[in-house]
Amino acid sequence: MTAPVAGASAKDGALLQVRELDKHFGAVQALYHVDLDIPSGKVTALCGDNGAGKTVLTKTIAGIYQPDHGQVLWEGHPVHIRAARDASRLGIETVYQDLALADNLDIVQNMFLGRERTRNGLLDEDSMERSAKETLASLHVTTVRSIRQPVASLSGGQRQSVAVAKAVMWNSKLVIMDEPTAALGVAQTRMVLDLIRRLRDRGLAVMVISHNLNDVFEVADRIAVMYLGRLVVQEDASTFDRQSVVEYMTTGGLSRSGGTRTQES
Amino acid sequence: MARAPRRADEPEAAPDLTAAPADVAAAELPPEVVAQSLGDYARGWSLRIRSGESGVLPVIVALVIIAVVFQSISNGLYLTPGNIVNLFQQSAVFMVLAMAEGFALILGEIDLSIGYVGAVGAAITVQLVQPGGSAKWPWWAAIAAGLAFCTAFGALQGTLITRLRLPSFIVTLAGFLIGNGLMLIVLLLAFSGFPSLSGSDVDRVTIYNLMWGAIDPTVSVIAAAAVVVGVGGWIWWSDARRRRSGLVAPPPGLSVIKIVLIGVTAAVVVAICNQNRALEPAINEGVPCVIPSVLGVFAAWTILLTRTRYGRYVYAIGGNPEAARRAGVNLAMVRTVAFALCALTAGVGMLLFASYLGGMSNNVNGGSQVLYAVAAAVIGGTSLFGGRGKPLHGLLGGLVIGAIYNGMYLQSLDVKYQFIVTGLVLLAAVTIDSVSRRGSTSGSVARI
Repeated sequence: MTAPVAGASAKDGALLQVRELDKHFGAVQALYHVDLDIPSGKVTALCGDNGAGKTVLTKTIAGIYQPDHGQVLWEGHPVHIRAARDASRLGIETVYQDLALADNLDIVQNMFLGRERTRNGLLDEDSMERSAKETLASLHVTTVRSIRQPVASLSGGQRQSVAVAKAVMWNSKLVIMDEPTAALGVAQTRMVLDLIRRLRDRGLAVMVISHNLNDVFEVADRIAVMYLGRLVVQEDASTFDRQSVVEYMTTGGLSRSGGTRTQES
Repeated sequence: MARAPRRADEPEAAPDLTAAPADVAAAELPPEVVAQSLGDYARGWSLRIRSGESGVLPVIVALVIIAVVFQSISNGLYLTPGNIVNLFQQSAVFMVLAMAEGFALILGEIDLSIGYVGAVGAAITVQLVQPGGSAKWPWWAAIAAGLAFCTAFGALQGTLITRLRLPSFIVTLAGFLIGNGLMLIVLLLAFSGFPSLSGSDVDRVTIYNLMWGAIDPTVSVIAAAAVVVGVGGWIWWSDARRRRSGLVAPPPGLSVIKIVLIGVTAAVVVAICNQNRALEPAINEGVPCVIPSVLGVFAAWTILLTRTRYGRYVYAIGGNPEAARRAGVNLAMVRTVAFALCALTAGVGMLLFASYLGGMSNNVNGGSQVLYAVAAAVIGGTSLFGGRGKPLHGLLGGLVIGAIYNGMYLQSLDVKYQFIVTGLVLLAAVTIDSVSRRGSTSGSVARI
């Protein structure tokens, strides 16, 4: 992995650029020539029907899968992300749908899981608790009663917030969120969408995978749609309406107008 | 057992809990992390007990009931100093074995082999200090050899379980049988029959005294006071520092109560042990050496599990292996080391048992020992399903098993009744564990 020089300017602004990515599993072509840009300070929504390849694309960026062909550029430099650890080192953190929190551990313990601070070989709980508190406060996560309560006692939205706080704690530059509002109620969804906006306002790149077009139109600055392993369109959110996104998702193109925007062959 | 990665948050199992009644949500919170005052703490605590999150309270209640029952049917023999010390000595073995089993249980695994693997280690130690043979080892080397065998055996089982992904139940069942056979082989090696620890040479006396030795009463008092002051001072100092820096800390009153409880327990134990428990004019008094040994194991494993990265990973894997894996934890390593530590601790427990018996014999039943160990851990509050458990649970559960064992023995009740009563207590403990989990709301999925 070639680590980019810190502060290297991206050539055309996008923090992460995916170029001509191919990935197949056996005979199944999961990704086909995918091009995607994820700029900093923007929320990019990735939409697509089940099996369109959203998860495979995400996992490839996160280092879980290796692409067969194609290139990933990080801050303008080509990188090979071979493991989740490589992604973390670059500043890419992924919040999966199942959140991956240990319910028997408390919030601080979960936020530092795998990266505990120690002093003289013993855990430095005080320092970890202080940092966790700061991070949660900076994200305006104020509804938890105590950051020492076990994650089992948190509501769905609070869990999502903890998972996001865990992701941004490590100076990450890109946060990928897989269906962050699935299984959440109205108030909880609002809380998570606010959190996503706050990440964007901090200048982070956020990529949100979602089926929920309400949420997509509420937070996304850019929308990218996948269809059968291809990335068929990526544009500013303002150029879409609900109808067009649904059409891209279900047919891979537009039938009535704006056909020029599709890249479908 | 619990090998499959448990998903932390299945969509249908993640209800929107903002809708949950306030008191139900509050009952999920450990009171010490939110209480601002002792009153808050008491309210939070009673809420938790009513909702089924009772902590160690049922164990304490069980101990009181056991003591009252046996005291009344034994004509006052049960709670005599001599018998209480005897009870401590019998419980010590269960306590250490339960703390051993805790490593496997917290991971959501089980180790059925610890009784016989520990017995092989003890047999090796006892054989190595037998006189007459060409190879008589000093006591410390013999103990080290026995424990080294246990650790290696545990590491091997852990390797098979993690690298080949075999179920721990089966691998350790095989270890149980192999250990049984090895124990018989070791017992007939070099010395046919049953190696005894009765002898006047320093090596055998030292190992015999692991269980039967007593610390001088004056030294007992001073040492206990030192431990109470040390532990109490540390609790007070660290709680006070956390309060000062605005971190989550128990209210000052709670720290004081904790320290007072530790002090009272130590004072009562030392006072009982310092009574002469031999018939006059013989003298046998002072804290038995086994108590500091057990406390040493307890302190070491408590620090390891709660204050080190390794311990944190053990709990994380028990709670959600997938989360641990994504966090970059080396699951295979943590699990393998846990099985090694489990077997090492079992070696200590069975060494104490050999010392209690005054030797090793092929009658030692590692099978019932391991079942008592699992029972003790679960009775103490360790979950059979992983993620939850402490060395303290092994200590308390071991005391319960020892108290029953001792009481039945005192009544000269047949061993069959002892099995039945212990079985019933275990059933009660598992029922409480499982019902309390069902009673609690959001934790029900994960806290198993």
